[in-house]
Parts: sequence; C-alpha cells; structure tokens
Amino acid sequence: MVNTSMAPALDLQAITCVFTSREAPGQRYTAVQEATLSVAPGEFVSVVGPTGCGKSTLLNVGAGLLAPSSGQVSVFGEPLTGLNRRAGYMFQTESLMPWKTALDNVIAGLVFRGTPAAEADRLGRAWMARVGLAGFEDRYPHQLSGGMRKRVAMAQTLILDPDIILMDEPFSALDIQTRQLMENELLELWAAPSASGASHGRAVLFITHDLDEAIALSDRVVVLSAGPATRPIGEFVIDLPRPRNVAEIRDQARFVELHAQIWAVLRDEVLKGYDQQKRRAA
Amino acid sequence: MNRTLMRVWQVGLLLVILLVWYFASNASDNVAFFFGKPVEVAQKLWRWFVTDADIYKHLGVTLVETLLAFAIGTLVGLGVGLWLALSPFASAVLDPYLKAANAMPRVILAPIFAMWFGLGIWSKVALAVTLVFFIVFFNVYQGVREVSPVVLANARMLGANARQLMRHVYVPSAMSWVFSSLHTSVGLAFVGAVVGEYLGSANGVGYLILQAEGSFDINTVFAGIVLLTVFALVLDGLVGLAERHLMKWQPSSGQTEKL
Repeated sequence: MVNTSMAPALDLQAITCVFTSREAPGQRYTAVQEATLSVAPGEFVSVVGPTGCGKSTLLNVGAGLLAPSSGQVSVFGEPLTGLNRRAGYMFQTESLMPWKTALDNVIAGLVFRGTPAAEADRLGRAWMARVGLAGFEDRYPHQLSGGMRKRVAMAQTLILDPDIILMDEPFSALDIQTRQLMENELLELWAAPSASGASHGRAVLFITHDLDEAIALSDRVVVLSAGPATRPIGEFVIDLPRPRNVAEIRDQARFVELHAQIWAVLRDEVLKGYDQQKRRAA
Repeated sequence: MNRTLMRVWQVGLLLVILLVWYFASNASDNVAFFFGKPVEVAQKLWRWFVTDADIYKHLGVTLVETLLAFAIGTLVGLGVGLWLALSPFASAVLDPYLKAANAMPRVILAPIFAMWFGLGIWSKVALAVTLVFFIVFFNVYQGVREVSPVVLANARMLGANARQLMRHVYVPSAMSWVFSSLHTSVGLAFVGAVVGEYLGSANGVGYLILQAEGSFDINTVFAGIVLLTVFALVLDGLVGLAERHLMKWQPSSGQTEKL
C-alpha cells in the first residue's frame, strides 16, 4: 500500500508526447520530451515557457485527456488511468456550455455527480456570490463579459472542491485590471479550507507565459525549454511571504530579484522559440 | 429607412398588381380563362370560409399531415444524426447510401407511398417525412461534429458520463442547428403534404386544387394558391416565435460571437 499522504498530488515522470501529422503520417512532432514534474499536495506550481512550447500538452497529460507516448503519471501515488477524477481543469479558451445559464454551468459538475437539485442549487448560488456574480445566475454566457465568464468557469471548477486544480493560462484573455482581481480571488479561494476537510489543501498546476503572474501566485516556478521536445530546464522556489496581493507584490525587492534570475533562463528560450516560429512561417 | 413609406409602397404594389389583373381579365376572355378573375377568386375564398364553410376540413387535413411529417421527420433525423455523428464507422458505411437518397428527387416516391399507405394522410406524411428528414439529419450531423472540443473536454473533466454528455452537450448543440433549419424543414413538410395531396387523395387543399384544375375552374385554383401562401406565411411566423423562445441562449448578431 502506497502511503498517499506523502505522495505528490500530481507526478509526471519522464513524459514524452509525439504527435503524428494526419496529412503526412511519416512526419512526427515531439511536443514534450522526457519531462518530469511533480506537485505536492497544497502546493502552487507555475509552469512558464515560450509560446507554443507544449505547456498545454503537459497539462492535458496531467488531466488524463491525453495519453503520453511514454512516461508515467501518478495521482496521489496511484497510477493514472483514464481521466484524472481528482482534478479540476480551467481551460484557456471558452469552455462554458453556451446553452446553459451561468448558474446551470456552475452546478453542471454537481448535476453530473448526482447531487440533489436543491442542494446543488444552494451551493451554486453560494459560489456565484463567492466569485462576485450574485444576481447574474440566469444570464447566458454570451450575456456576460469575458471576465465574468472566467469567474463562472472558476466557480464551475472549484465548486467540486478538487484536490488538484489544473489551469491553462486561464486569465490570458483578460485586461490587466480584471486579471489582477481574478488572481487575488484565485489565491484567496486556494487558501480557503477545503470543504471535504482534507488537511493538505489543494495542489495547483498553473500554466502561463507571463512570468510576473507566475511569480506573484506560486510557491515554485518551473521554466520549460522552447519546443519541440520541451522539457523543464529550471526550477525556482518563490519564497515571498503569503498572503500576497498580486498588484503590490511586484514592487518588492525580492520579487524583482527572482524575476531577474528566472528571466535570465527564460529569455534564451523565448528567443529560440520566436526564431523557430519565424522560420516555420517563412 | 422610412418604415411607413416602405409599407405604403408594399401595399401600393399589391394594389397595382390586383388592378392590372382585374382590368386585364375583364377586357379579355383569354386572360380570364388562363388567369382567373380576382373578384371571383375572392368570392371563392369567401364561400370556402364563410358561406359554405367547407374549407376547414381540408385545411385541417393538410395541417395534420404537415405537423405529423414535421414531428416524425425531426425525431428520426435527430436520432439518426446523433447516431451517425457519434459512430464514425456506421457513418462511413452508410455515407454513399445517404448521399444517394438525398440526391434522388424524392417527390417521385409519392406513387410508391400511395401504393404502400393508401390514399389517406399517411402516404402524404411519408412523402413529407423524406423531405424533412434530410434537412434535420444533415444539420444534426453537422451540429454534433462542430461541438467545441473545449466545451466537450470541460464537461468530461466535470465528470459527465456518456449519457450525460449526450444530454447536456451533444443534443443541445445539435438542437441549435435543428432550430436554425426549422424554417426550411416546416416549409418542406408543408410542400410534401400538398404535393402528396395533389398527386392523389380525397382530402386536403392540394386535392381541392387538383379537382378544380380537372374542371378548368381556374378561379378555385388561384384561391387555393392564395390560401396555401397565406397558410405557409402563418406557419413560418409561428416557427419564428418558437425559435425566439427556445433559442434565447444564443446571441443574436451584433451581441457577441457564437461559440
């Protein structure tokens, strides 16, 4: 029996993902190569890397939406088969069901799980209020602003109280003010005690291309190399005190120092990634 | 744009057409024979609806045929569309047959349906169903294929099983396509019913037109055509009403993008 309390919440061991092109089956593209990454229970880990480097691929592997070509995924010590049932996933692009109201979207996961309607409704309304959307329950997604839709998506994911939260550039489409508000909300919700009473808190794997965001939110920042054959090339512990305010933390000396350290590693990869994209476009 | 002016012109155009028709048919017996006389067409309609009041039975039959064909065609199209969209193998096997069935001029099936189902309403329903089915089927097929992969992945991550995915994701997405084709499919159900009646029946508006044509009663033929046109417009208006009510989750153009 594996001691689950000591095991990482999410453990990716030597993950390799090779895609074959449908038009030309001979052509292979190695998105991720021998990537190893692990997130402890209650830990907030950000992954940064140049655009198009396979960050989302890595997250989809962790969610169980994508089976790796080789490598091992374990969740709290158990090897992952099929979908990762202990994870919630916040997608980069629009993921709400447009034919459901905001409230029905928030409680969709509860409905799928067979929670009684009255209980689901009560929890859903509480979560709508928690993300600042009380009074918008009956709106359809197209009647909400982009920031509001992201908050609905956040409530939709967090209402299920997942042990692992996977986030794929969830705020990248938002303007900077809304973004900072949402980041603060996320930190608050992450730090709040879990409803199930689990002692370890929630593990977060947060994908972003914004280094400021990564440092402001995380306990640890992992830098990925430029694609193809992406793998982690650097790891930095963020020892800034919590609770944090993402809008103010950027002025602290330690933040600037960490930013400079990580950027030194990231910059080369960004330039490499940019070069490759230019060559591919040419 | 001036709406009142537009309405005035629309009504004016109708009056001009009616007047030209009226004077031309009075001046020449040939015109009266081939085009009928507007006053007599109006009198025929009046007799149908008021004095004789014998149109309701026929109108009722045509309406029942249209609604039955619409309901059956939509349900079968929805079922088959969902099935084929979700099982690529069956879809690949049946593809040439569906293409052939869709390419075939299906009105030609009317005599066969008349043999199979008799001259009552069911042969007309069958003909109209073949018209409605393909509209709905292709739209459902498209609708399921175009479900956003992110919405689908999200629903799966939220814990939806296969049946819940069907009910909460595939069917609603397909329904939006079905509703967008509602005007076409109701219109075709109506066409199927009337054409079926026209090709052989003992009831319905199509039957009345066929009878009148047989006795060169051109005024009744025109009265029937006017009646069918007005009726089709009413059906289309009802569909528009239902659409607005059922599709309120969809942004109308000018609001935000459709997902």
